[in-house]
Amino acid sequence: MYKTPDGEEIFIVDGHTHMWDGSPDNQRNIHGKQFVECFYAYHTALSPKEELWTLEQFGKYGPQKMYNDLFVDGPDDMAILQSTYLTDFYKKGFNTIEQNAEVAKAYPDRFILNGSFDPRDGELALEYIHYMKENFDIQGVKLYTAEWKGDSKGWKLNDPNAYRCFELCDKLGIKNIHVHKGPTIIPLNKDAFDVHDVDYAATDFQGLNFIVEHCGLPRLDDFCWIAVQETNVYGGLAVAMPFIHGKPHYFGEVLGELLFWLGEDKLLFASDYAIWTPKWIVEAFMKYELPDDVKKSRGVELTMEGKKKIMGLNAAKLYGIDIEAKKKKLQNETIAVAAE
Amino acid sequence: MSQAKVEPHVADVWRRLSEVTDPELDEPVTELGFVERVAVEGDRVEVDFRLPTYWCAANFAFLMVDDIRVAVAAAPWVRSVRPRLLDHMYADEVNRGVGDALSFKEAFGTLASDETLEEVRQKFRVKAFQRRQESVLRALVRQGHGVASIVDMDVATLERTAVGDEEAARQKPRYLRILRELELAAEPTDLAFVTPDGDRLTATAFERHMEELRGVRINMEFNGALCKGLLSTRYKEAKLEEGKEPELIDFITGRAAPPARSPSTA
Repeated sequence: MYKTPDGEEIFIVDGHTHMWDGSPDNQRNIHGKQFVECFYAYHTALSPKEELWTLEQFGKYGPQKMYNDLFVDGPDDMAILQSTYLTDFYKKGFNTIEQNAEVAKAYPDRFILNGSFDPRDGELALEYIHYMKENFDIQGVKLYTAEWKGDSKGWKLNDPNAYRCFELCDKLGIKNIHVHKGPTIIPLNKDAFDVHDVDYAATDFQGLNFIVEHCGLPRLDDFCWIAVQETNVYGGLAVAMPFIHGKPHYFGEVLGELLFWLGEDKLLFASDYAIWTPKWIVEAFMKYELPDDVKKSRGVELTMEGKKKIMGLNAAKLYGIDIEAKKKKLQNETIAVAAE
Repeated sequence: MSQAKVEPHVADVWRRLSEVTDPELDEPVTELGFVERVAVEGDRVEVDFRLPTYWCAANFAFLMVDDIRVAVAAAPWVRSVRPRLLDHMYADEVNRGVGDALSFKEAFGTLASDETLEEVRQKFRVKAFQRRQESVLRALVRQGHGVASIVDMDVATLERTAVGDEEAARQKPRYLRILRELELAAEPTDLAFVTPDGDRLTATAFERHMEELRGVRINMEFNGALCKGLLSTRYKEAKLEEGKEPELIDFITGRAAPPARSPSTA
């Protein structure tokens, strides 16, 4: 919970978090080592100095530290866990649904657990969606279209196999499709970033919500153009958010574009934990004012109402969270945890 | 060969390398700190090159390594150039490809897309043109030049117009250069500002044009900020142990006072 200087309570849903194991023990090969070190470089590049971790800590932090960083030291009320497999790089996977479930089960009121699938698996992908629904009752998935698999250099949301998966998701009530469209690991060709496939899938599956993580950056203009035409496309602010610290004016320009094209009802806060911790991001954002030149050129404002939506209300809507009921439950949990 | 003879050659190599840019960021590879080492032995040159991450797009890596080869080979005294990409997922493929003068497609086979490297290069030349132009245009607007006079300005006038802020002053000569390289202007009387297709700007469409340029800049700046941040992390430890191929872990385990990275062009 974040409290404004006036004492108003702001409900925070962190839209993109992970509980990963990138430690040397779990690394399968050099790629596993380089992958987590690349994440660590993101962490050191954009975090304030006093928020830096050691690489050892960053590699594996465990459920207790995560709970603490998000909900005790940090202002989050709830967090969405996004699963990333990477079993080619890591012996037990990087943060599979089972790994993430460890912390989700320990604090069921705090976490929303999302799965993942790869439509190139064909029938197996469909079976896996059933498995995730039955065992973890997922409401959402995180997809990586740029991921390599054998000879394939990626896939598109409008591939026939993907459409079969979306039909099943729709049927099973897995409504929130988070798509990674942002800085990518691996792809040889930049077009793995391409956001245009979102357009087709969002048009053809009106019952699903497409949350484009990282807002397509570095293709913000393409993303905005698509999002403005589709009512069911949202922007996930992971990776864009931490720029608020080191490059606040630039952050304002990005946010200005997003507010202009998508509006405050379509944006979701995310820390991308453990790349960054939410505390300093939320504090900076709640104090943030759009630069005058951005307000003027785009004719947009960032109001307290807008901040509340971005920080939690929009995600709560997508995931059917009853905020008042949830607040009561969380109060009880806080007391229980404190008593332990 | 005496030291006195080698040194100017080393300096010559660095000078030529400073003309090679990262296509995505439009900054010289020397300023970005990508060049790790230059060694000259007689008429043979070795250049070691490193990118911000192990995963940086291979096509851009290939472009830059090839540009390095071409830039250094253009020196009349150079017989052979061996650029070497270090610490990259596709270092072997890139180094072999550039070394054997293969095309990107030949070097990477089915992994490469159908887009040729030349097309990629051209696409990013246009983005560089747009970003440099935006910087100059914004400075002119800020200084109070009217839109009508800006859209009619010719090259000679722009050359003698002061643009004020530091970034725009740096970009103006770079803009004029790329304007000529893309054959969008040749004579001093040609228009200073045109679209990438060579169309003239109009006062009515000026705002729209600036919006488009801003979109290009926002994307490039995202890459730029991220790459510079990643690189500085990677290079923190690079200075710690000369000669050893450094790894992030060296920095993290505590030997790192973040350096004010001095240009390696000694």
